[in-house]
Amino acid sequence: MAEVRYTEDHEYVRVDGDTGFIGISKYAQEQLGDVVYVELPDAGKALAKGDEAAVVESVKAAAEVYAPVGGEIVEANGELEGNPGMVNQDPEGSAWLVKVKLADAGELGALMDADAYAKFVEGLG
Amino acid sequence: MSMNREGRPTAPAATGGGKPPTFTGNRALQIEEPLLFETGSLEKTGVDLPEPAKHESRLGGLERQGGTGLAGLTEPQTMRHYVRLSQKNYAIDTGFYPLGSCTMKHNPRLNEVMARLPGFGDVHPLQPERTVQGALALMDMLSHWLLELTGMAGVALSPKAGAHGELCGMAAIKAAHDAKGEKRSTVLVPESAHGTNPATAALLGYKVTSIPARDNGTVSVDAMRAALSGEVAGIMLTNPNTCGLFEPDIVEIAEAVHDAGAYFYCDGANFNAIVGRARPGDLGVDCMHINLHKTFSTPHGGGGPGSGPVVFSEAILPYAPVPFVKRNGEGLSLVEHEGDAGDAKPFGRQSAFHGQMGMFVRTMAYMLSHGSDGMRQASEDAVLNANYLRARLRDVMTQPFGDQICMHEVLFDDTFLTDSGVTTLDFAKALIDEGFHPMTVYFPLVAHGAMLVEPTESETKEALDQFIAVLRDLAKAAKAGDAERFTGAPRYAPRARLDETRAAREPRLRWTPETQAEAAE
Amino acid sequence: MRYLPHTSGDRAAMLSAIGVGSMDDLFADIPEAVRLKEPPDLPRHAGEQEVERQLSALANRNVAASSTPFFIGCGAYKHHVPATVDHLIQRSEFLTAYTPYQPEIAQGTLQVLFEFQTQVALLTGMEMANASMYDGSTGCGEAVLMAHRLTRRSKAILSGGLHPHYRAVVETLSRMSGAEAVARGARPEEAGSSDIAAAIDEDTSCVVVQNPDFFGRLRDLTELAEAAHAKGALLIVVVTEVVSLGAVQPPGSMGADIVVAEGQSIGNGLNFGGPYVGLFATRQKFTRQMPGRVCGETVDADGRRGFVLTLSTREQHIRREKATSNICTNSGLCALAFTIHLSLLGDAGLKRLAALNHASAVALADALSSISGVEILTSTFFNEFTIRVPGDASDVIDALVEKGVLGGVPVSRLLPGSHKDLIVVAATEANRAEDREAYVKALREVLA
Repeated sequence: MAEVRYTEDHEYVRVDGDTGFIGISKYAQEQLGDVVYVELPDAGKALAKGDEAAVVESVKAAAEVYAPVGGEIVEANGELEGNPGMVNQDPEGSAWLVKVKLADAGELGALMDADAYAKFVEGLG
Repeated sequence: MSMNREGRPTAPAATGGGKPPTFTGNRALQIEEPLLFETGSLEKTGVDLPEPAKHESRLGGLERQGGTGLAGLTEPQTMRHYVRLSQKNYAIDTGFYPLGSCTMKHNPRLNEVMARLPGFGDVHPLQPERTVQGALALMDMLSHWLLELTGMAGVALSPKAGAHGELCGMAAIKAAHDAKGEKRSTVLVPESAHGTNPATAALLGYKVTSIPARDNGTVSVDAMRAALSGEVAGIMLTNPNTCGLFEPDIVEIAEAVHDAGAYFYCDGANFNAIVGRARPGDLGVDCMHINLHKTFSTPHGGGGPGSGPVVFSEAILPYAPVPFVKRNGEGLSLVEHEGDAGDAKPFGRQSAFHGQMGMFVRTMAYMLSHGSDGMRQASEDAVLNANYLRARLRDVMTQPFGDQICMHEVLFDDTFLTDSGVTTLDFAKALIDEGFHPMTVYFPLVAHGAMLVEPTESETKEALDQFIAVLRDLAKAAKAGDAERFTGAPRYAPRARLDETRAAREPRLRWTPETQAEAAE
Repeated sequence: MRYLPHTSGDRAAMLSAIGVGSMDDLFADIPEAVRLKEPPDLPRHAGEQEVERQLSALANRNVAASSTPFFIGCGAYKHHVPATVDHLIQRSEFLTAYTPYQPEIAQGTLQVLFEFQTQVALLTGMEMANASMYDGSTGCGEAVLMAHRLTRRSKAILSGGLHPHYRAVVETLSRMSGAEAVARGARPEEAGSSDIAAAIDEDTSCVVVQNPDFFGRLRDLTELAEAAHAKGALLIVVVTEVVSLGAVQPPGSMGADIVVAEGQSIGNGLNFGGPYVGLFATRQKFTRQMPGRVCGETVDADGRRGFVLTLSTREQHIRREKATSNICTNSGLCALAFTIHLSLLGDAGLKRLAALNHASAVALADALSSISGVEILTSTFFNEFTIRVPGDASDVIDALVEKGVLGGVPVSRLLPGSHKDLIVVAATEANRAEDREAYVKALREVLA
């Protein structure tokens, strides 16, 4: 059973064993509007928690996506390059941005679980 | 992640038509015009050039193979193509253009005629100096006028536009620190700044620290003091600021900046509000660019060319870039190389040649026409017009920082549209249907759903009264729940709302024969 | 004052509506101590006739290019511009419009930009172009920054044949931004510099080379492109005379990654150095790292084709300190002039124009070479070449002015302290046979 954790900046990490799928939340894609381009990093790069992992662009905004946890990038989601609209359709599923090998599973503890995040978003009005 | 939450739909909903289509797609005076490449051909040309004399090629075997693919038009076709295209543009000459921060004022045609005098328009930048003494004299005269109006010590005329001027001023500031052996890392920029300010600072390798505005939309000297340190190279402050307000603490801010060993870069985009009323030199400014196309009305031409001379204080002037004009006995000469600058230490060169001469001539024609008295009156009328709009609209529209006297532009936010289903963008598009160019929208970012209105001094009271009546009617309609009038707008423009999402997702940035074939299918 | 519409009655009524007593009240936020009590010490307003007289007097002190045998180039060229061009760019709707921020009422400007981008791509042989830069030199600086972003390296190698002002712009920008620019020495005598390829290393982001170069030389850049690519570097090709592209193989077909050009020669007058228009073209895959504005095709809500500014997330108003460039303005009206003139030319007219230029330069070179003591240094060229004269070239140029001939640019004006006996000479379709004869006669006399 995959576990999903969120940041206050609306990134998520879906954990599957020692692999993490990083992306932006459903709420974040709604706020951004139609995503037109995704700038992805190269595989092999090491990310520390809080590093810029990707950039998601809509027509009106470019949003830097910061790594919710540290780890080495195993793969970037190349499918998004041809079809950035996937981020609007399935942000927390098939439209993950980067896959990392988690450096420290302990970092997950500082993040919100789905319920806490839902409450957090509700609080934003 | 960092996010811009400013809502603005970028893919339109269908308008539902409303008017029966025509066979051609034309609508009387609005005639659809295909692309040049769809109407022109490779054989056609609109010039009659003689047959070249027989000559042996010296191209060294590098002759271009095959055609260029460039479509040609005969002269009557050219005329019709571009005249029809022009008719799809809004312009100051056709109507009120209250685009905040952009200063769309009347463009006198005398200025165009002067710039086209052969002695200015048909002179090469590398002619021997003795054959261009009049051009150098014009640059010298322009410098004198700019320095009198700003109270500064010297000027670099060469920057090609405002942002280029910013880079010039900040590079000179960096050079001044370098000359003192100081390495400073940070530049302070208020939240309300133009996007060019942080972009310029970053290009020079500075970290940008944002200074929050206080409740009334201006920067406090305390906020500035709190951010200042030995790491701060300078501040970049727009005055009057992008909310249309004069920074009342500016003199104290300048003192605090100088006390910290930093310099004060003033973004002069809004200098047009205070010409003849205050001089940046008296306010403690070290560098300021002047957008000649805004303040002194050289035409905007659908996005340039601009011109952005920078004025300097005594402290920064030695680091100003080449080229510059200097007196040389009886005549004038150009200093074109850093090595010829004497005691000065120019930071380098920003562009080929000597700057936007065509804009200098237009500016000089504007200044001579207005004179000292006319320029002061122009600033006063610009400020009067903005405040008149504010006074007549304050009961139906909302201002983010309360109702206070503004300078040459007045800032509204979208609070008055709350729960109406109408966004700032919708509101702007409805103005198009009423025959006005919209105000600047979603800038500055410090106001939610910002609408920045700059009427300029060129408008009559009657034109302002009509604009006021329209805005009042629109505000009333929005509050009354007539959202459809807004969300479907514009209905009467050459195009309905355009799909920006599609343009960005599948960028199509040029015509190709293949795309044409595809479209024909 | 003819430009200010308010009567004193209007002003009084408006002040009253605002609820203030006087104009001074509107400027109350300006600290008392720095308020100007009187207008600055400059002349008062003047009528059209007076302004015309003053400015015409200044203009008359300059020698206009059309008034005399004229052979100056080096980055700006004297060409004939059809009357249609200036008429059309003075249409109110083009001249007095702003940047097309509201595309529904700016389709004229936007479609022109789309046509411009297409023309620039075709002319340079590249896949994509932007909506113009300030001029060729600033475009060159931006191209180097773009190459640094693309390669994540920070060293540019500048060919010795690059226009010295362009070189200075790149060097200045590199100094500012902490990058490295290595300029090669200018060697006008050599046919080509293959040693530049040897200087490319693993830190090199790009090689900047001009074609035809500053001295007028043309060369095939294919091998240089291959050498750059082999080291992971990009080839930036600068063209200061775009008319050459009507006759010469375009940079795109020689392997260029970025092409920057000065577009002045088509549609724009000399204007003592500006405003001009920078052309900027690149490969499709680099589009998102391209600086400046870009126009793209789309559809409106009713499905009709239309144009918008696009990819704006690269730009300063959205990315702020992370933007690809701090540029805000393009050179809209000059780009319009370029596009109109190039539509008038078309493929056929451009080729003819280029052939006329080449013929004019060949004829001049041959005539000058007959003068004793004059040496033509450039064997392959388009419409510009370098000559060696006995003695100081600046003195020769000055002496030619006395004889009513503007004979070129002494190389030492742009490269101070070196090559004191060299002159760069340009000839275009604007020169008649009698102009060339006047030049030859005058130079013969000066050197006698």
